[in-house]
Amino acid sequence: MTREPAHRRRARQLTMALVILLGAWVLVPIYLLVVNSLSSPAEVNGFPKSFVPSFDTGSLGFFLGFAGVTRALLNSVLVAALTMVLSIGLGAPAGYALSRFEFPGKSSYRLLVLMTRAFPLPLLALPLAVLFIRTGLDDSILGLALVHTSLALPFAILITYSLFSGIPLELEEAAWTLGCTRLQAFRKVILPLVLPGITASAIFAFVISWNEVFAASVLTIQNRTLTAFLLQSLDVSPMPLKFAGGFVLVLPALIFIFAVRRYLFAMWGIANR
Amino acid sequence: MAVIEIKSVAKSFGSFTALHSVDLAIADREFMVLLGASGCGKTTLLRMIAGLETPSEGEIWIGGRRVDHLPPRERGIAMVFQNYAVFPHLTVYENIAFGLRMKKLPQAEVDRRVTRTAELMHIEQLLKRYSGQLSGGQRQRVAVARALAMEPDVILMDEPLSNLDALLRLEMRAELKGVLAASKTTTIYVTHDQVEAMSLADRISVMHQGRIIQSASPIEVYRDPAARFVGSFIGNPPMNFLPARRVGPGDWQVAGLALSGPSTDADEADFAIRPEDLSLADAGLPAEVRVVEPLGPHVLVTCDVAGHAFRAILDNETRAAPGDRLSLAPLPGRARWFDRTTQRALSA
Repeated sequence: MTREPAHRRRARQLTMALVILLGAWVLVPIYLLVVNSLSSPAEVNGFPKSFVPSFDTGSLGFFLGFAGVTRALLNSVLVAALTMVLSIGLGAPAGYALSRFEFPGKSSYRLLVLMTRAFPLPLLALPLAVLFIRTGLDDSILGLALVHTSLALPFAILITYSLFSGIPLELEEAAWTLGCTRLQAFRKVILPLVLPGITASAIFAFVISWNEVFAASVLTIQNRTLTAFLLQSLDVSPMPLKFAGGFVLVLPALIFIFAVRRYLFAMWGIANR
Repeated sequence: MAVIEIKSVAKSFGSFTALHSVDLAIADREFMVLLGASGCGKTTLLRMIAGLETPSEGEIWIGGRRVDHLPPRERGIAMVFQNYAVFPHLTVYENIAFGLRMKKLPQAEVDRRVTRTAELMHIEQLLKRYSGQLSGGQRQRVAVARALAMEPDVILMDEPLSNLDALLRLEMRAELKGVLAASKTTTIYVTHDQVEAMSLADRISVMHQGRIIQSASPIEVYRDPAARFVGSFIGNPPMNFLPARRVGPGDWQVAGLALSGPSTDADEADFAIRPEDLSLADAGLPAEVRVVEPLGPHVLVTCDVAGHAFRAILDNETRAAPGDRLSLAPLPGRARWFDRTTQRALSA
């Protein structure tokens, strides 16, 4: 066996160290969150700490019974669901058009879609709040869902664009020659093939809305989503409750992202297994 | 049962003209092959007949009906695509039944047609499989069965064999010919493979740079090319060409050899001869042998005649070595002549 050159080995060790550091950056907070939310309040505040949780659900139970939490949870689900429907409803047709048609300004349109993400939300929040108050959209589920849709839409467009591009045009043409209209060909041939990917990008839109806290805090007062509610109330809550709240917030997002990770890789151009 | 008429059809994509005003009539039940190199417009023409492209100009008639503004589903056609386009989410059975279900045929009829075409294409044991579980050749069979099951007036095929390996291609070619002849449909078949065109076609339309250069039976295209391009495109090795100079009415001088040719006014023309139409004789074209390739049944000799590469297919007992001087005489009646400027054939 030949030994690899020293500089090559050192480069590899450096890469490994970076990977471990980045992994820890994400995983350690999640680990602490899980351990603490599954421990009893006494353990959370006590010392020394155990690295294995005692699976005491006292804090979680108390948190879920806390006034306003269920309401906020429901609001979060409603806003996220609405965001999901809107961004797929608008994004999928846009993705299809991008993949199938040549039109003037196509490449600038694609760039523009991404550029919307470069516009900072805090800059937008105040004028939006004013506009929403004037139109009566303030403090409403629809209003917040619209803002979240504008955040999720670029991803929905780009993911569905890559999905549709992965389906050969020949399949659609074959369906047309076999008696389908454009719409029928889409429904009978394209839709069944992209459905898993569409589901994934829908879930991704859901997660974006679920995690969003800034617009939610600025644009809602009574109808707070879970993130906005937690931001407001956990600040003044005891430590075990903070952990429990964080845990409830992080878990669905983690599960969803894990479920759709393959499609996100595809969107970012990493080869899809 | 359908005659196809293509009347002055042209197609341009922006400033690029893919097809210059093409006229073509295809008889009922005829097997027409569109032959040409890639980019010659043959696939564009086929796709316009299918309704997948709209002509920029002209009319397309199928079975006495003008179809150029109808969608593909209303043209009475079925198409076999180069990459087969077998639907991956459906079984082979459902693939073949797809068009029949769109026509809302009763289940018994769907069953009958699927079974019949599957037997015809020898895929009856694959009906429950998905396309991911099929080989390329099997997918090809499914695509053909799916087209045949429609019982269309016209079957359009876009290089259907080009993705198969050589042996499979040979086998499928013979099978396609039999199946399509029995189906009694009009067939338009696009290919860049001249052997495929020769063996399948009733008639070949040779295309070049967006124009049909010649439409004729395979043997006529081979024997009597209408233009220099056809002679140089068809045949392996292709026709030999040599410059000819007129020395009198109908008398021509080719590399020092006096030949009688067309009686035209031009002082110059191109003399052409197929490599297999040459024999060793005393009065012939003076050739210096460059390469000798024994091919079994015959020997391919590449020579130099008056500075031009020149190939001859000779009897396999011919003894020739590089550097030898041969005298190659054209067989009587086999020489062809082409106009120097228009490149069209001149009648001798």
